[in-house]
Amino acid sequence: MQAIFEEISVSDFFYRNRELAGFSSPSRATYMVIREVLENSLDACEEAGVLPNVKVSLSTVEGKVYRLTVKDNGFGVPVEEVPYAFGKFLYGSKFRLKQSRGVFGLGGAMALLYGQVTSGMPARVAVSDGGDIFEFKLRIDVERNEPLVEGRKRRKNVNGWHGTFVEMFFKGDYPKAEGKIIQYLQQTVIASPHAEVEFIDPAGRQRVFGRSVEEAPSPPVEVLPHPHGLDVEMLRRLVRRHGSKSLLSFMVKSFQRVGLATAKRFLEEAGFSPYQPVSSLSDRDILDLLDAMRNYKFPPPDAKCLSPIGRDALEAAIRKMFDPDFLYVCQRPPSVYRGHPFIVEVAVAYGCKNVEAGNGVSLYRFANKIPLVYDAYSDVSMKVVKRFNWSSYVSRPAAIAVFTHICSTRVPFKTAGKECVADPPEVEREIEMGLRECCRRLKTFLTGKIEVEEHGRRMKAYRRYLPEIARLAAELAGRDKPPSVADLIEEGGAWR
Amino acid sequence: MEVVEKLKRLGEEICTQIERGEYPFLDLPSRTTNNIVYDPERGRFTLGEAKIRRSTSNLKHLRSFTQTVWVAWIAKRLVEEGKTATLRDIYYLAESYKVKFKDQQESDSIVADLEALLGVPREKLGIFPEERATVYGDLTIRYNMPGYEEHTLKLTASPDGVAIGPALTNATFEDCGAEKVVMVESGGMFTRLIEEKAHEKFKAILIHTAGQAPRSARQFAYRLNRELNLPVYIFTDGDPWGAHIAMVVISGSANAAHIDDVAIPGARWIGILPADIEEYRLPSEKFNEKDWKRLGELTADPRYQSPFWREQLRKFEETGRKAEQQALSAHGLSYVTEKYLPEKIS
Repeated sequence: MQAIFEEISVSDFFYRNRELAGFSSPSRATYMVIREVLENSLDACEEAGVLPNVKVSLSTVEGKVYRLTVKDNGFGVPVEEVPYAFGKFLYGSKFRLKQSRGVFGLGGAMALLYGQVTSGMPARVAVSDGGDIFEFKLRIDVERNEPLVEGRKRRKNVNGWHGTFVEMFFKGDYPKAEGKIIQYLQQTVIASPHAEVEFIDPAGRQRVFGRSVEEAPSPPVEVLPHPHGLDVEMLRRLVRRHGSKSLLSFMVKSFQRVGLATAKRFLEEAGFSPYQPVSSLSDRDILDLLDAMRNYKFPPPDAKCLSPIGRDALEAAIRKMFDPDFLYVCQRPPSVYRGHPFIVEVAVAYGCKNVEAGNGVSLYRFANKIPLVYDAYSDVSMKVVKRFNWSSYVSRPAAIAVFTHICSTRVPFKTAGKECVADPPEVEREIEMGLRECCRRLKTFLTGKIEVEEHGRRMKAYRRYLPEIARLAAELAGRDKPPSVADLIEEGGAWR
Repeated sequence: MEVVEKLKRLGEEICTQIERGEYPFLDLPSRTTNNIVYDPERGRFTLGEAKIRRSTSNLKHLRSFTQTVWVAWIAKRLVEEGKTATLRDIYYLAESYKVKFKDQQESDSIVADLEALLGVPREKLGIFPEERATVYGDLTIRYNMPGYEEHTLKLTASPDGVAIGPALTNATFEDCGAEKVVMVESGGMFTRLIEEKAHEKFKAILIHTAGQAPRSARQFAYRLNRELNLPVYIFTDGDPWGAHIAMVVISGSANAAHIDDVAIPGARWIGILPADIEEYRLPSEKFNEKDWKRLGELTADPRYQSPFWREQLRKFEETGRKAEQQALSAHGLSYVTEKYLPEKIS
């Protein structure tokens, strides 16, 4: 028997393994489709520097087929890019890095692909930068990983709308996914406090998840990769791209934190000639170069490509939703794991209203400003929260909410489904440190609160009993007037 | 010192403390078991020297302090108005004031605190327990209760006896034809003795204790003993419980060590003694577990160290048998007055 080998495209691969990207069941797929398209919109608005207003609408077409429309107020992608941005997997520059919600470049395309194969209908994408509206009917050629444009229209823009509009059809299960979807949307405006998301569900109910800050965060800056954050494949691609350059110039131009002096010293130490052309590197040389890069102590990666939520914004969002008695938000300094910079933000809210768990610790996880609502139990934050010694900070059970946000050019997700963060020791440590700092503040707050309560309790008791004692004693003694106890009440309340 | 005067001073003391800018406090004799000591000289329990400071500077004492002052206040009103209240009344009375008690146990305990603080039994404060003993015999009393000042009563007025309540406790003895007091444990025997005219035959005032004698009954017998010089005899069932009824009359109650409790050291237990069971061939029962346990407790009690009592307990231990007062009826209804009592009260 002869085995048949065939090459499959990236889109084909994900089509065959769609559970890898989180499309494992109709309900999960419903959630994922909404998520992917919405996150693209939020990224687009962020890049455009506008306060996002995203309208998401889901309706039933027939049976289990749904129609999803998502409309934002960004500035869209350039018209000629539209088919590729939505109809091709892993499209975009992989040679530059910055934080975004859709990390794998799968996002929109995966949603479109799923819709196309389950409903058989093409997607409609419209963009406008405020001028004419360009509308595309799109399919993905799965085997070749290429977009197929089935129709293209140009319309007059009558009311000056700008942004991206996506309409697609897919088979799913909304009733089963509803809980997670609502959770996801609620938490989306915590992770993106400047965003407003409107959602109309298949029953026609409208929900608005409002913004809590009026200022868009500064968009993350694109940076070059750090020499520690590379793998062989990436290095090989870089080498191919910069074939004509000298090794010295290659190092300086391709990586962050590598200046002329650093590059020279590194190359000498690694035994490479700074002036040999990159194209002369053999496969063996590339492996050696990578090895040497990993072992060399470069300055730590630049964190300006990261965009944390920010203490004030996160605080405003949490207060708006949970109205806690106490809240502290901690932003850890930038740190690095395997060459990828990351920042952890942790918040602890005490005495929350509106939490389902009641008295106990609820965990809300975020990564690159997206809420993670599935697979909580294998997440690094859950691991830290569960082993955390709560009793040394909090003596009485209370409604406590913990928020963890990790932002990175590459969040260490466990799967392409982006629901669960792995536990590199550096990440785990930062989360733990953040949680400790928040809880130290909480403890100070609670101690103060107990003192205030104690003071109130003493005052109340003295106010109740001392005048009565004075009155009874005076009558016992046969006096006309009871002695004054005002000073004793005042003093007694103040005692410890 | 007059009770009212003591209460007044208590109020004055608290007022003065407040005026000095101090958090008022009371030094109460400790009523815990570690502070109860047996005084063999006087044949009764007394409190040791330990005091407990109940101070309003301690938030935990604030409530009980107020309760103590309130009980003093209500006691003063009772005494001044010539009224009385039961312990249960005290508990309910507090409902209409700012100091509530969580149960009667708490209010009873505060009353006992005040007794200890003033060294005055609660009856002097106008506060009485619920349970009533009854008395029957040739004694005429005059009431001192408001509205009854000129009323006199001969205690043979009712064949059921007259209840020893607050009115009788504070009555004056006018005329007495009796020569002794017999305290009787069971109601059946009390009625039997009245029917058999034991009060005439033995010139006795009969007091029905209904089990353990309430303090008012002991107080009444004490007065008869002191004021009229009548000897007191105690007639109970022949078991450790009966023995202890007699002992409390003789030596006072350990629960009342905080006051100069009534004790009638000269009172005598006339039976049924353990030896009587054989001697009078009384139908008897074997000790049960509780009886043995009680006997053990009595053996360890310092009040039982005299030769007479040691002998009684030894005899119980030897026989392990008990007999009720009514067992005497095995020899006929009149046997108790014809044969038993004449031999006991000589």
